[in-house]
Amino acid sequence: MTMLGDRQQLAYIASQAADARVNVELETEGMTLNIGPQHPATHGTLRIIARLDGEQVVWAEPSCGYMHRGYEKLAEVRTFPQVTALVNRIDWLGSFANEVPFILAAEELMGIEAPPRAQWIRTILFELSRIANVSLFLGDLGVQLGAITPVFFAFRDREYVLNLIEGATGGRFHPNFDRIGGLKDDLPAGFIDETRVVMRKMRKFCDEIEGLLFGNEIFEARTRGIGVIPRDLALQYGLSGANLRGSGVDWDLRRDQKLPMAWDKVDWKVWTHPDGDSYARCWIRLQEVRESTLIVEKLLDSLPSGPVMAKVPRIIKVPEGEAWVSTENPLGEMGYYVVSKGELGPFRVKIRSASFNNISIVPWLLKGVYVPDIITILASLYFILGDIDR
Amino acid sequence: MLGLIADVSYWTQSLLRVFGGIVAILLPAGTIVYVFLFKMMSFMQSRLGPMEAGPFGSLQLFAEVGKWLQKEDLYPERADRFIFKMAPLIVLSSTFLLVAVVPFGPDAWFTNFEAGVFYALAVSSVSVLGILIAGWASANKYSLLGGLRAAGQLIAYELPMVLAVVGVVIQAGTMNLQQIVVAQNTGSIFGWAGLGNPYILTQCVGFVIFMIAVQAELTQAPFDMPIAESELVSGYMTEYSGFRFLIFFIGEFATAGVFAFIASVLFLGGWGVPFSWFGWTSIDSIDNWMNVVGPLIMFTKMMLLVFVIMWVRFSYPRFREDQLQRFAWKSLIPLSLVNIMATSVLKVAF
Repeated sequence: MTMLGDRQQLAYIASQAADARVNVELETEGMTLNIGPQHPATHGTLRIIARLDGEQVVWAEPSCGYMHRGYEKLAEVRTFPQVTALVNRIDWLGSFANEVPFILAAEELMGIEAPPRAQWIRTILFELSRIANVSLFLGDLGVQLGAITPVFFAFRDREYVLNLIEGATGGRFHPNFDRIGGLKDDLPAGFIDETRVVMRKMRKFCDEIEGLLFGNEIFEARTRGIGVIPRDLALQYGLSGANLRGSGVDWDLRRDQKLPMAWDKVDWKVWTHPDGDSYARCWIRLQEVRESTLIVEKLLDSLPSGPVMAKVPRIIKVPEGEAWVSTENPLGEMGYYVVSKGELGPFRVKIRSASFNNISIVPWLLKGVYVPDIITILASLYFILGDIDR
Repeated sequence: MLGLIADVSYWTQSLLRVFGGIVAILLPAGTIVYVFLFKMMSFMQSRLGPMEAGPFGSLQLFAEVGKWLQKEDLYPERADRFIFKMAPLIVLSSTFLLVAVVPFGPDAWFTNFEAGVFYALAVSSVSVLGILIAGWASANKYSLLGGLRAAGQLIAYELPMVLAVVGVVIQAGTMNLQQIVVAQNTGSIFGWAGLGNPYILTQCVGFVIFMIAVQAELTQAPFDMPIAESELVSGYMTEYSGFRFLIFFIGEFATAGVFAFIASVLFLGGWGVPFSWFGWTSIDSIDNWMNVVGPLIMFTKMMLLVFVIMWVRFSYPRFREDQLQRFAWKSLIPLSLVNIMATSVLKVAF
């Protein structure tokens, strides 16, 4: 600059200023896109606030709580047996699985254990609700990606599983079947044969979905390498379930935890995938549905006889104490921290639901992706709104 | 129709043409919606589809149209009202302009236009304008994204479509759609005239490219990014309701029908049967009954092609915008250029 004369210096400054003006005029502004609370892709009322540069996401944040129903607080004014009717509605696609950890926690506090037959039936119904839940995910995945046919197959075949659950418990969606110390009833006549038939149907459904979606080049192009969650990050964000196993972490509470359930009585495999992308997460869920059908069949083979209810007092008073029980639910780890003061109802219940932790990674994951990928990533993370907001 | 009614007065001719155009647009559109959207999709998805309105639900479309006509004509508060209302009409007008050059029989045509192929490809892109202004005028972010995606996609897929048609034009040696039909039906394969020479055999690459481009022009899955109901709610159509949505809806399927008409003219021999079957030699020696049978043959071929379009639509997931552009520019366009080169070399050689 010093080499230039005054006049040249002024001309230089003027030209710089002119450039700056042009730049200001041409500068584009980001657009904030509100995905939700009412949006076809958020299956419920999740709201994603995304700041876009063109079609690329610069910043995104999920905003949840639109469907908060206060179950933790409501549980405090219910008796222990009444709470199961509430927690049924947390993950509404796999309701029975919600009851189990709470009942197990109460049983742990009372120091009783369900008889073996009840444990077996609990595990069977748990896996059936997993199949009902995840098979709908597999169909819904197609809709999120623009293929409309898989979801109808999913609803068609899921109906058989729901019929089984209804046959055993009386409720399609909200069984409310688990009792402290066992189950409400034994299995109905014909349940075992029917279940075997349905499990074969579900495996056929999995083959159909695999052919329709997972073998499709467009599906692979849309999901492979998209939304990659590294192993460490998955652990740090507290992901669980298929999202964690999709990142290559071999962690499944059904196998890694000692619970009075029947999973450890049969052989089965925990599926993991090293990639950590959307494809891996979806693929794991597909394999898990298959694995669950096998678990159910093996459990039916070894179903013990005996009562389905342990000896419990007519009026259940849970002794003073605290208990934490979590299980591997269809969406991931779900746990209840129950504090009892020795009264009819719990003093405090803390519900750890899988989806809330699973979507906590969304702001990190959505940074830099395109708008269409928001949808595939959210679909592959697989959350249920009731499970986020409780 | 003009060929048949050349001796009536001008205004009668115009009226008949408008009437014929409406029939040629709405009849295929209604049939496509019922047969494919209502019934075929339902059967593919293991359900029955509409069953109540009329035998096998065949009057369902009338019920739907009645419903849409009753709905309130809403527009967003901050919408640019004039062009918001115009947009569906522009989209539909593109379809009407397109059908004008399609020959339905030896004398059954609206215009016998020398540069018919050129005209058809030109007016087919008018709909981009309608979609773009629909996206902009809605004052909705989803609509805007949808409109912009549509513009990018439709322009990208114009090119392979044009280039795929160039092969046909080279082989036929004419741009007149009527002449292309005649050339296919009088042609012969290595001296054997039993099938004529439908260009789907020689221009199979061009046919595949053309059908892919048609799929993209129609914004049907796997190219339905502009509508993308799971991402953009309904893209540029999000804010439309009632009658204007109906126009978009009918326009989509009418355009599918018209593009299938054009594809069958270019590649499947159009309204004709191989002339050697009946001992015809040129267009002048054709019997008059072809004017009645021709449209039916066209209709059959159209339904076949729309079946393929819809089959793909119902079973494929959708591309992402950048993947879609890459597919057009890096695969389809080079391939169609190679096709043109091969066609012209072979044309000179034989």
